[in-house]
Amino acid sequence: MKHPPGYTFRTEALSKVYGEGEAAVHALRGVDLEIPKGEMVVLLGASGSGKSTLLNILGGLDHASGGHAWFEGIELTNLSDRELTLYRRQHVGFVFQFYNLMPSLTAEENVELVTEIAQNPMRPADALGLVGLDARKDHFPAQLSGGEQQRVAIARAIAKTPTVLFCDEPTGALDSQTGRAVLRVLKDVNERLNTTVLIVTHAAATADMADRVIKFADGMIRDVQVNSEKLTPEEINW
Amino acid sequence: MSPLDKKMVRTLSRLKGQAVAIASVIALGVMTLVMMTGLVGTLSETRSTYYERYRLADVFAPAARAPQTVLQHLANLPGVAAVEGRVIGGALITLAEAGRPVRATALSIPRDARPLLNSYMLTSGRAPRVGRNDEVLLLQSFAEAVGLAPGDSLSATMNGARRTLVVVGLAQSPEFIYIAAPGEIVPDDTRFAVLWMLEDAMAAAFDMKGAFNEALLLLSRNANTQEVIAGANRLLDKYGGLGAYGLEDQASNRFVTEEIAGLRATVGVVPPIFLAIAAFLLNIVIARMIQSEREQIGILKAFGYTSLEIGVHYFKLVLVIALCGAVFGGALGILSGRLLSGAYQTYYKFPFLVFQISAGAFAIGVTVSVLAASAGAILVLRSVFSLTPAIAMRPPAPVDYSRTGAFGSRMKRLLDQPTRMVIRRIVRQPGRILGAIVGIACGMALSVGMVSILAGFDKTIDMTFSVIDRSDAMVSFTHPLSDTVQYELASLGGVHAVEPVRVVPVEFRHGLRQYRGAVNGLQEGARLNRALKSDLEPVELHTNGIVLSTALAKVLNAEIGDTIEIDVLEGRRPNLTVQVTGVAETLLGSPAYMSLEGLNRILKEPGRVSAVYLSAESDRLEALQLYFAELPRVAGISVKRDAEQAMQKIMNEGAGSTRYVMALIAAVITFGIIYNTARISFAESMRDLASLRVIGFTKGEASYVLLGELAAVVLVALPLGALMGYFLSFAISAGFSTDIYQVPSVFNPSGYGTAALVVLAASIVSGWIVKRDVDRVDLVEALKIKE
Ligand SMILES: Nc1ncnc2c1ncn2[C@@H]1O[C@H](COP(=O)(O)OP(=O)(O)O)[C@@H](O)[C@H]1O
Ligand SMILES: [Mg+2]
Repeated sequence: MKHPPGYTFRTEALSKVYGEGEAAVHALRGVDLEIPKGEMVVLLGASGSGKSTLLNILGGLDHASGGHAWFEGIELTNLSDRELTLYRRQHVGFVFQFYNLMPSLTAEENVELVTEIAQNPMRPADALGLVGLDARKDHFPAQLSGGEQQRVAIARAIAKTPTVLFCDEPTGALDSQTGRAVLRVLKDVNERLNTTVLIVTHAAATADMADRVIKFADGMIRDVQVNSEKLTPEEINW
Repeated sequence: MSPLDKKMVRTLSRLKGQAVAIASVIALGVMTLVMMTGLVGTLSETRSTYYERYRLADVFAPAARAPQTVLQHLANLPGVAAVEGRVIGGALITLAEAGRPVRATALSIPRDARPLLNSYMLTSGRAPRVGRNDEVLLLQSFAEAVGLAPGDSLSATMNGARRTLVVVGLAQSPEFIYIAAPGEIVPDDTRFAVLWMLEDAMAAAFDMKGAFNEALLLLSRNANTQEVIAGANRLLDKYGGLGAYGLEDQASNRFVTEEIAGLRATVGVVPPIFLAIAAFLLNIVIARMIQSEREQIGILKAFGYTSLEIGVHYFKLVLVIALCGAVFGGALGILSGRLLSGAYQTYYKFPFLVFQISAGAFAIGVTVSVLAASAGAILVLRSVFSLTPAIAMRPPAPVDYSRTGAFGSRMKRLLDQPTRMVIRRIVRQPGRILGAIVGIACGMALSVGMVSILAGFDKTIDMTFSVIDRSDAMVSFTHPLSDTVQYELASLGGVHAVEPVRVVPVEFRHGLRQYRGAVNGLQEGARLNRALKSDLEPVELHTNGIVLSTALAKVLNAEIGDTIEIDVLEGRRPNLTVQVTGVAETLLGSPAYMSLEGLNRILKEPGRVSAVYLSAESDRLEALQLYFAELPRVAGISVKRDAEQAMQKIMNEGAGSTRYVMALIAAVITFGIIYNTARISFAESMRDLASLRVIGFTKGEASYVLLGELAAVVLVALPLGALMGYFLSFAISAGFSTDIYQVPSVFNPSGYGTAALVVLAASIVSGWIVKRDVDRVDLVEALKIKE
């Protein structure tokens, strides 16, 4: 089946197995999914249910074991490593579960690391401004709290104005105040730049601001729910 | 500056201790190469410049007495560019205070000009004035050694007549760069002199009016030396020609050439070994350094950096370290090369030095370092690139310790928790541990190799002066005497024993190989000076066979049973054919031995001796020397104690002196290897150590996990390194041996002990430095940030 227009991602029987034989872990067991362009999508599910694995495959960080995945008509599951690198470079922004900042670079330099190779980047200082960290741009990761490191990571991800933004538990380490600010940023990016945003989260309440909520269990989609009405980040009940 | 370059600079400054250690190892490898190549280049360039400037002859043609008219015929030989005849004679100088007789060579110089060939360089004073036949120029090194200056006078016996001479100037000559008495190997400034006298004075002293007894020939560029020598021999035959020979057989030049060849051999062996070890270390260290950046590489890939971009980033890092090391090492090498060349000047009498810098050696050093470092980097990068970014980014899965098996409950009681951790770490990461073991073993091997060589130098001296030659002095005669002379000498007061020897200058030939040397005719059952086999038992001398020293056998490519030809260069100059009946172990020079009786028989000169070895009361030696100086038939007396000291000096100031520099460098490289190994282990396990501290381990226990591992690695590396060093020492000893002396590789347990001590000391210091760092780890920082 061809990729229908208007969708950022579509997958068909996507599966992923880690390891072999007795030790094999089936992280994804046949995922079929469609994510329309410009939507904000939230993935919910217990720890170990395969959310990060799905994000990694869609983000071009990992290979699927079976099935297909398309990004805007390009079959990701067919791409070579070199093409995947180009895909990530041009289209994808990541916010990781672990902050994964370069310890030897300052906040601003961590953002520059991405704007350096992006086609249409923001100014690093602006990106840091969006997450409220312009005052701390010259600090090294070791001098920042966990929450601040996560905001630098978000600034780094949005600074390239990506087509699609992947956030793996972006608010997990943040207090509600900062959490809201972060979600606000993600929503702004989603609305203003028409960026498709995929957020993995534990906080079920976050789902209230999504266009689409995908519930995960045991490597499979249990339920997809489309919100007709969305709350703003400020209205979310943490 | 791009963020990646900033990252590089910060990584460098974070790793500065280690970067400096790596760069130093590279620096030393490059330094050794540049220093030695520069030294060889400088010495050989200086030599040829000196020869050219003072027009050293290419062919020397001695004769008994030839009329000046023959010179024109010599000049007409094809290939001869210039000819000069001179008078050369032996002299025995007696100094007023020292009283010791010193052998000298007297040379004629033209009345009104510098010699055309074999000119001298006047270093002080002036040349003798026409008509002043008692004025002489004196060899500068001798004058300085015995404290003579222009204006002083000395007494000399020439051609049997004693006369008083006035020194008016001091000179140096390319003919006498290496200064040893004729027929002797060991140089000694105090025991040999050269006098330059006006030709009239020389002609009068040696009865050479209108004649010469040595022709010097300068050849044109494409001349065939062998043909010129043959032609000169033909022309001089009826004037008592003694066999013309080329520059390569001239004594001083031969020693200088051999020294340079020896150094060149050392350059071919020792610095490459150093560089290879440095490169190997570099490879391991860089590999492990990049391994520790695995997660960061994963992130860069996740953001779309290509493998090439990331590769270039790390290549730059490696390049900076390698280049800094190489440039520093190169500069150090140039500097130390100059210092060493200067040291040579006191020993080889060069009046100036033409410094050479070997750009090639530097380029090789840099290339090898960069390649080795890059190879280490590429290996790891490839393995990281083969991981998907998703995997590379995660901290590596905890090492699976399950396969190490559970310790039995008895073991558990015997080994405490930290010890069990040490053992598990070693068993589970054999690759990492193996790299460390091999690295430290290389350090040990290098130390063992150098210590063996240091012992080898001592053995050469000991073999030569205590085992082979057990006499106290050798008295040589101006020409062969009847063997009854030994009884005369034996009856002198203080003389215990006398042993006659006949030394005959010859040219050996075997196939295409030839060598100008001497045959020593030794008495049967000799006790004072013997030819020994490798097991130190005397070699049996047959009355009709020859025994070659190992070095000579090698030069001639001859074995026992082969037949070699011998052209005798004195007396009736017969050509002989003899069979090699044995090989003798010598470490100094390249002698050959025959039985005294056999030698005299084939020369058809029975009962002749040219020198005797004496064993005498040591406090009588001085008096004996004085006594011999008065005897007209005595050419000289060499006291072994003096020769041994002079030999010690040649080994400490000549090519041998580089052994100390090399030993020092070996020690520093060894330290560098061990320090790096300890440092990397620390970097790799910092988080684990911090975790241990957090859950309540003491600083001591945490360090123990790391240092226990280092100790285990060192313990395994020591015997392995000793074994590697045993083999390495053969390569190094071949590199240090010259034609003048051989340096055996000596297996001496105490040397291995010394090397082990060096390694242990380096381990303890490295361990102490790392322990300090373990104690200082900021627990919160270490756990928060993954470096
Ligand atoms: N690199 C890996 N190797 C082996 N198993 C893995 C790896 N990554 C994830 N898994 C396993 O796959 C399953 C899904 O993991 P993940 O996608 O990280 O879950 P989630 O993000 O939903 O918590 C888990 O059981 C996890 O243990
Ligand atoms: Mg996850």
